[in-house]
Amino acid sequence: MSEPKSAAETRPWKDPAAVPFISIKNVTKKFGAFTAVNNISLDIYRNELFCLLGGSGCGKSTLLRMLSGFEEITSGTIEIDGQDMVGIAPYERATNMMFQSYALFPHMNVEKNIAYGLKRDGMGGAEIKDRVAEILKLVQLEEFARRKPGQLSGGQKQRVALARSLVKKPKVLLLDEPLGALDKKLREETQFELIKIQESLGVTFVVVTHDQEEAMTISTRIGVMNEGEIVQVGEPHEIYEYPNSRFVAGFIGSVNVFEGQVVDDEQDHVVVRSPDAGIDIFVSHGVSCAPNQKVAYAIRPEKISMSRDRPKDKKNVTSGMVEEVGYLGNLSIYQVMLESGKQIRVAKPNIVRLDEEAISWDEKVFLSWDGSAGVVLVS
Amino acid sequence: MNGAVEKTGSSPFVATLKRLLARTGLSGRTLVIAIPVLWLLIFFLAPFLVVAKISLSEAAIARPPYLPLWEWSEGMLIISLNFANYQYLLDDALYYLSYLSSLKISALSTLFALLIGYPVAYMIARAPDNTRNLLLMLVILPFWTSFLLRVYAWIGILKGNGVINNFLMSIGIIDSPIVMMQTDFAVYVGIVYTYLPFMILPLYANLVKLDESLLEAASDLGARPLTTFLTITLPLSMPGIVAGSMLVFIPAVGEFVIPALLGGPDTLMIGRVLWNEFFSNRDWPVASAVAIAMLVVLVVPVMILQRSQDEKEEAAS
Ligand SMILES: Nc1ncnc2c1ncn2[C@@H]1O[C@H](COP(=O)(O)OP(=O)(O)O)[C@@H](O)[C@H]1O
Ligand SMILES: [Mg+2]
Repeated sequence: MSEPKSAAETRPWKDPAAVPFISIKNVTKKFGAFTAVNNISLDIYRNELFCLLGGSGCGKSTLLRMLSGFEEITSGTIEIDGQDMVGIAPYERATNMMFQSYALFPHMNVEKNIAYGLKRDGMGGAEIKDRVAEILKLVQLEEFARRKPGQLSGGQKQRVALARSLVKKPKVLLLDEPLGALDKKLREETQFELIKIQESLGVTFVVVTHDQEEAMTISTRIGVMNEGEIVQVGEPHEIYEYPNSRFVAGFIGSVNVFEGQVVDDEQDHVVVRSPDAGIDIFVSHGVSCAPNQKVAYAIRPEKISMSRDRPKDKKNVTSGMVEEVGYLGNLSIYQVMLESGKQIRVAKPNIVRLDEEAISWDEKVFLSWDGSAGVVLVS
Repeated sequence: MNGAVEKTGSSPFVATLKRLLARTGLSGRTLVIAIPVLWLLIFFLAPFLVVAKISLSEAAIARPPYLPLWEWSEGMLIISLNFANYQYLLDDALYYLSYLSSLKISALSTLFALLIGYPVAYMIARAPDNTRNLLLMLVILPFWTSFLLRVYAWIGILKGNGVINNFLMSIGIIDSPIVMMQTDFAVYVGIVYTYLPFMILPLYANLVKLDESLLEAASDLGARPLTTFLTITLPLSMPGIVAGSMLVFIPAVGEFVIPALLGGPDTLMIGRVLWNEFFSNRDWPVASAVAIAMLVVLVVPVMILQRSQDEKEEAAS
């Protein structure tokens, strides 16, 4: 196998000339009067590990099932590798799906489950054997080849399901909550395995998940979905640092949101007057908005510094009283009540063990951050 | 559960019962199992033994019409086991042919019932929730009228100037009625019709549990609908097929009413032979031997099937 360059290195989505591998255009899916997927357009590139992220019932699975051919598209088009997918049955598509429930055939052992797809292609017995052995090695299940699914643990079943969907070397592998049924520790280990496998095989992955940490960890890009629509597409750090809406900011990680109004709108900066924060917030990036438009200012808890004395070098400084301290091990979360009555969260890494000097309950503190620490949200 | 027993343990009745159970080495569990076991002993094993006993006695013009198996005479217990009845079954080709014919008719009827019942059960299992209950009702509905009445209705449908012939003649497809009554064909129709629900219900119970995502997975892996059916649906519904086939095949072998009403004089079925021996010839011993032989013919293959089914299940789990 030639060394495939992972999409994360080449970033084809930054290249306007790059041809998308999967092209979803204005796709809508209705169940009766209910719109499950609403006018989605999305390009996914070869060798990507693309995550569809969203809460339960937002239409992620439905979109995935339209890619695999189990659901008909109400309107719009889907192209995979330049081929229009309309009217092509699931068994004729070069996509494979890993089901949320794994859907392993209970009457076949692991080997037969994995060989099932190869047999349907009319592959010869010897070649099937080689391919199955190869994939079993990849997912580290060699000893379990003769077991039936009922005799496997959850993690083992998950790997059989992955192996079965990968063994045909599909153009696109669709994974519906692939790690959803695993416990936290196993899930974290498996996330990295999944990335490794994806990179070594050079198959394009589209993963559905409702777990934002998982999406951040594994994906080249994330498509955040809400109520049947894609609200933002971007690399994990873009989604995290530059959410484009209150929904995305709130869905990914924890965030403080100050309501406010743009009072100074320049090319390279804006000032948001926020009674919530009790100050005029200086933002060192331009925003396209109407003058005096009502906006929100979002800032992550770890971007805020906290001190007993007023800092001199920060653009934005406000003050409040510590209400709660939550110790999480690697960091502590402080809940601070500002003078306006607004409660905000501040995260502080625990650098010193048993810090006697640490800020504690009922202390007055100054909170400060730079102009580039947060983003202005217009929607 | 246990706690409740402990608490009420103070009541003298429960305490006594417990002590009694402990002394006899019985537990509450054994008691619970004892009820169905008793039921089987009284209503199945006892009659079976009576029939087995009669099958080994000698026919006589008496009341009851057979000689006792044992008697006391001058201080001697004389037991006479008469195997001639069984010998007779082997000697007279009639019995042997009736068994074969019964097995053949039942087997073919079971096959037809399966071929008709499977698609019906599949369709019901895949129907939307609200229609599903209605369809199930329709399957069970015939049980609300008498079985005998329904078989008579088939006479009206199949006979020379019955519904089918009248219809075909009125539209001019045939000039003279087709003979359907008193043929093996009518017997097949009767048996398949009567026992179809017993095929459909266990198949339905099995198919409704079938996980649809398995079918999608097969399709996703490249299996066309027919292949999906043959490699996934069919093997997974095997327990339903076996259960349904047993429920049709076993009673059909001993069926008497349907061949008597719909069949011709040359429709050989063991149920009719048995009836004749018992009521026309009043030869209770031979009739009993026929019944016991039928049981053996049925029980042995069923047990073999059960055994292989159990082994398969063990291998699966
Ligand atoms: N076959 C269907 N018939 C009717 N409604 C459906 C069907 N499949 C999904 N839906 C609805 O579409 C919405 C999106 O479902 P889904 O794509 O499964 O969400 P999720 O993002 O949790 O995977 C849900 O409200 C669900 O109830
Ligand atoms: Mg889902």
